[in-house]
Amino acid sequence: MAEKEELIPIYIMGKRYDVPASLTIMKAMEWAGYTLVRGVGCRGGFCGACATVYRIKDDPKLYFGLACQTVVQPEMYLGQIPFFPAKRAEYDLARLEPVAATLFTTYPETLRCLGCGSCTKACPQELNVKGYMAAAMRGDIAAVANMSFDCIMCGLCAARCPAEEPQYNIAILARRLYGRYLAPRSPHLAERVEEIQSGKYNDELTELKALDFNGLKERYLAREIEA
Amino acid sequence: MTYTPEMLENIKQVEATRSQRLHQTFPAMTLEERNQLLNTFHPDYITESMREVRLGVDKGSRMPNELAEVVEGRPHIGMDFDLSQPDFETDVLIIGGGGAGASAALLAEEDGAKVTIVTKLRFGDANTMMAQGGIQAADRPGDSPAIHYLDVIGGGHFDNFPDLVEALVIDAPLVIDWLEKLGAMFDKTPDGVMMEEHGGGTSRKRMHSARDYSGAEIMRTLRDEVRNRPNITVIEFCPAVELVLDKQGQACGAILMNLETERYFYARSKVTILSTGGSGRLHYQGFPTTNHYGATGDGIAMAYRLGAKLAFLDTMQYHPTGAAFPEQILGLLVTEKVRGLGAQPVNIKGEQFVYPLEPRDVEAAAFLRECKDRHLGIVTPTGQNAVWLDTPMIDLLHEPGTIEKALPAMVRQYKRFNIDMTTIPILVYPTLHYQNGGIAINADCETSIPGLLVAGEASGGVHGRNRLMGNSLLDVTVFGRRAGITAGKYYKDAQIGEPTLEHLDAWKTERDSAGISSLLRTPILLPDYSRKS
Repeated sequence: MAEKEELIPIYIMGKRYDVPASLTIMKAMEWAGYTLVRGVGCRGGFCGACATVYRIKDDPKLYFGLACQTVVQPEMYLGQIPFFPAKRAEYDLARLEPVAATLFTTYPETLRCLGCGSCTKACPQELNVKGYMAAAMRGDIAAVANMSFDCIMCGLCAARCPAEEPQYNIAILARRLYGRYLAPRSPHLAERVEEIQSGKYNDELTELKALDFNGLKERYLAREIEA
Repeated sequence: MTYTPEMLENIKQVEATRSQRLHQTFPAMTLEERNQLLNTFHPDYITESMREVRLGVDKGSRMPNELAEVVEGRPHIGMDFDLSQPDFETDVLIIGGGGAGASAALLAEEDGAKVTIVTKLRFGDANTMMAQGGIQAADRPGDSPAIHYLDVIGGGHFDNFPDLVEALVIDAPLVIDWLEKLGAMFDKTPDGVMMEEHGGGTSRKRMHSARDYSGAEIMRTLRDEVRNRPNITVIEFCPAVELVLDKQGQACGAILMNLETERYFYARSKVTILSTGGSGRLHYQGFPTTNHYGATGDGIAMAYRLGAKLAFLDTMQYHPTGAAFPEQILGLLVTEKVRGLGAQPVNIKGEQFVYPLEPRDVEAAAFLRECKDRHLGIVTPTGQNAVWLDTPMIDLLHEPGTIEKALPAMVRQYKRFNIDMTTIPILVYPTLHYQNGGIAINADCETSIPGLLVAGEASGGVHGRNRLMGNSLLDVTVFGRRAGITAGKYYKDAQIGEPTLEHLDAWKTERDSAGISSLLRTPILLPDYSRKS
């Protein structure tokens, strides 16, 4: 049905193509004839491969989005940032402490944040990047972890940052510190892990494995379903 | 508002029955009712959609037509490819950078191996990243690995390989513990208790989640850890196109292709792990798919040419709830967690027609019956069939704000198209989601080829004929880890001989005698979506 639609002009890296108005940027590029290798990944808004910057004719403002989730507009000028060379620190999580100093020593540039908010404007997930960077400067690891949770690590924040922060890499360090050290531990999980390691369930599983079709079916149908 | 006036009118019907439906759930089917429904309406049972593969070790076994084309394909390179000087050597070569590959890399590295991951797109561009709903593990009191075992094997129609199911359920709590120690953040109550929900076909609430970014959280955590390990090298945009055996018949690496320069090279290894994922981008029967761009069944094609046995490739999973509207997101996943939290599927009359949490194959077949046979579905302006998924029920059943908190990715996706799923229902229809079968493995991830291991969606056996929700994130981590452990033991004593591509000669002969003339080079690596005229 795309063929019958009205075509609108878009400019892919400066070159004009007329494409159906209902398509996403990604599908419009393919409609125009592109075979994508870079700038394409999950095609569902989860992987951050298709970070795209665009502008509409006569509007000076830059807009940001994911090519797989953003519908084309007439007179759209677009370019993609499939890779951004932001700094990434190497660390051994098991040797880190979940304290402010860990953020500052692993990423000293954290404290250079100007609070300008360019990152927040660029985020296709509409996260409060500036806000979590402020939390990072306060050393509030839990806040960084929770505020940045929906990050897809596309790198647009870092691409726009005048202080050259790798926000999304700082954020995953905070999330991993939180997940390992600060999140409350699950009492049931620890217990079950111990039971499994002591072999508590081995006999029962061996018995189940030996059952034939009818035996299994009987046990399956007899299961109680938790409400 | 994106919905058409007809849709908005119809939504009133859904709203009219809502208060009554809040307290009433459609009854679940018996096993006989399930089988009857599947036989009539599940896409796997459409005879002409499958055919027998015409050559190889499983000659005569059935699989979807599109997959058979790939499996019977022509290699990218010829026997004359020069293997005398490997371009690089590694102890463990891992093909595929998703959840299984990353897990395998970590465990093999911990055993002292030098590990190389090669991946077709970026590291982490994988179905793992897209999994939303969660990961199963029997860790609550009142649940046990044995109950999990029964759920898995019943969901798989009792055909699953028992040793694999045992491995899956017994390792599950260990994997959750491992992921937490790597820093993955699961949904918990303030006192640390895991928040766990039902999935289709589960008898206990054991679905652990990380909002609806469960797979993304696991994938980015594993990826970050891999990048911190000095003995793991990751090479992106570099898929394998052919596996290599030595003269004794052991796997000894792969021919890789730099996807950007299109140059080939040989990577020699002592163990090879295939973690290439599924094949949704082959679009079986023309279905849209939830899968990532690179899910083209590469591992199946390569391993089969080498002589590896396959299992259950005549069953594909159609996720009941793919987005059916708007057109721009057609086929994308609407996580099963939406139903796990209480949203009911509803027809054009605002009526329930199926228990919301049947196993996926049964649920999907019920949607197809409602639309194609009973004609009680909704038809969108592009002609797409759909049923309503009554999402506003979730906040009514729990508390206001639950949807936004538990399903931020879903809310965001629909908001991009001006649909607020917290207050109005969404339209869904089955979409191609998962390859239930794959290359046959044992519980140590070994195949019928020495030195060739497989883990994750590329493998077959653990899910039998139908996978339950939350068992694929579990599959990639459990069997990824097991593959890493097996590789870590194997590489130390492996004596690799002279590499050869003799299997390609045998393949050509067999193709010729079977009269296969297709010129398709496989693995196909990427689907072709570019418009040609």
